Amino acid sequence: MELLFAILIAILTGTGVYLLLRARTFPVVMGVALISYAVNLFLLAMGRLRTGEPAIIGSGESYSDPLVQALILTAIVIGFAMTAFITVLALRARGELGNDHVDGYEEHGREPERQRQARNAADNQDGAEGTAGEPEQ
Amino acid sequence: MMQHWPVLPVLLPLFTGALLIFMARAELNTQRWVSVISALLGVPVSVVLLWQAQADTISVYNMGNWPAPFGIVLVIDRLSALLLTMTAVLGLLALLFGMRGDDRFGRNYHALFHFLLLGVQGAFMTGDLFNLFVFFEVLLIASYALLMHGAGPERTRASFHYVILNVAGSAIFLIGIGTLYGMLGTLNLADLALRVSEVGPEDAPIIRAAGLIMLMAFGLKAAMLPMYFWLPAAYSAASPSVAALFAIMTKVGLYAILRVHGLLFGDHAGALAGSMQIWLWILSIGTLTLAIIGLVAARTLKRAVSYLVVISVGTVLTTLAINDPNVLSGALYYLIHSTFVVAGLYLLAELIGAQRGTTRDYLTPAQPLAQPNTLGIMYFIGATAIIGLPPLSGFMSKVLIFRGTVTHPLAPLLWTLLLLAGLIALITLVRAGSTLFWRTNRQPPTPRKADPVKFGVTLVTLLFSPALAIWAEPVIQFTESVALQLNAPWQYIDAVLGSGLNLAVDAPALPPPLLGGQP
Repeated sequence: MELLFAILIAILTGTGVYLLLRARTFPVVMGVALISYAVNLFLLAMGRLRTGEPAIIGSGESYSDPLVQALILTAIVIGFAMTAFITVLALRARGELGNDHVDGYEEHGREPERQRQARNAADNQDGAEGTAGEPEQ
Repeated sequence: MMQHWPVLPVLLPLFTGALLIFMARAELNTQRWVSVISALLGVPVSVVLLWQAQADTISVYNMGNWPAPFGIVLVIDRLSALLLTMTAVLGLLALLFGMRGDDRFGRNYHALFHFLLLGVQGAFMTGDLFNLFVFFEVLLIASYALLMHGAGPERTRASFHYVILNVAGSAIFLIGIGTLYGMLGTLNLADLALRVSEVGPEDAPIIRAAGLIMLMAFGLKAAMLPMYFWLPAAYSAASPSVAALFAIMTKVGLYAILRVHGLLFGDHAGALAGSMQIWLWILSIGTLTLAIIGLVAARTLKRAVSYLVVISVGTVLTTLAINDPNVLSGALYYLIHSTFVVAGLYLLAELIGAQRGTTRDYLTPAQPLAQPNTLGIMYFIGATAIIGLPPLSGFMSKVLIFRGTVTHPLAPLLWTLLLLAGLIALITLVRAGSTLFWRTNRQPPTPRKADPVKFGVTLVTLLFSPALAIWAEPVIQFTESVALQLNAPWQYIDAVLGSGLNLAVDAPALPPPLLGGQP
């Protein structure tokens, strides 16, 4: 069972890391979610894998570790909130930057001229309070 | 009442934040009053804790009255109390600055601000590794939203990188926690410290790996070498009051390294003692080097200040790598100094940028400032302090660090880098200052003068540096006592686990004070 479990965690992590490196916001969100699943399973394994054991001391011969379950529950709640936040952030980035690249522009290392102009125009509309676009790039 | 006092730095921002969420649609002024009153109350709360800690008591608060290794504990020793007080004071200053306009762009600014304070203060107090993770997440999610506050494409882009990196960092932190729990069967820091010392040589490599994994997670928060790239973009994109408060957030990562790795891999850790030092050396030297290069290349004042943050992180990390209470005392003085000066410089960059039209704080010639003299003097104070020129606190802290490392074999390397960092900071800030204040075009200055409250808050934040230099003796005496307490982890372990559990803690006698009361 341990081997199967380890392979499962490895596949989840591997897929997650691959997606994380895709540099598109949606795969990145999926990758983060998969990695957090892998981490949760890892935490479960750290409490030693047992099947059919109650998580209460004294109700049977042995028991499965209840603490890791509590940890995972907390981690799931936090992970869920984070995933929701990243999704919203990704949507907003898509809306504001006009594409779904994680850097906000397609070309590697350089921002296309048209987009830079659009961004500077948007910045100037914000007036004094907005962050200014970089003047020469 | 006093018995429950240690939980107040968590409860106060928690309830204020929750209340402010319900008040999200109320008048902005009402929100401001609630928010600022809570921040004002936070200062005496933490000062009382500082007072208690200074009298050599480690306050331990058992959450839900569960005894230590089973329940979650809040532990306040001198280091925690010092950082709590810094957070409360800096939080109040940043909030006062933010109330003059920054909070207009979203309804939940004040609520998020208090949740960020909650996360930072909780992280400084908790004595449980998983609870540390939870407080990290609280402060992170508040910081994500605060970073986005005010919107704009630049912020969105910086936020996305910041969020993804930190979510990945949290996953790594959890793996570290899980490994430690799997090997040692506990998450209480004091209990972990005890059990680590009994680890046999066959388990030591796994625990060392867990320690390194956690070093990576903390290093991400602290902006250590391979993981600092998010910081300049994120901090310089944030609104000024938020950036000033963020000055304390890198310190959370440094604190976590100091606390967790000090307790788990300190001199008492048997087979694992000192196994992190070599990594800390490599990473801190690399951080310093790259931050110096980044500082030269900075094209806006805020970005330059951001690289100064990274330099301060690298400086503190080197002193952690040296792991000598004598040096640590100087490093803590440096920590107080750099936090306030950097926060002040972020606020000042905003004041300067607001008077330069659309050029903002870009280091290119623009219209003259409306208040070149007063802002120039403030810039001079901040720059002198952060470069480390006499007579301000930066110079004092450098002297302390140098004096502590005289006999260290790697001192030439460390001194070279720290002095080089000072020189590069001098060149960059002088160049930036001459551009901002003197290289002006012929346009008339903006009639808009700085808001008096913003101006006052910035001045007060920057004046921490002369104050630290004037009252250096009591401050250094306190940081020495902090360093001595950190050097004696059995005090912490004893306080948390108590004698009731009958745990064998072999407590060697306290070492004699290292600096005989001299400044």
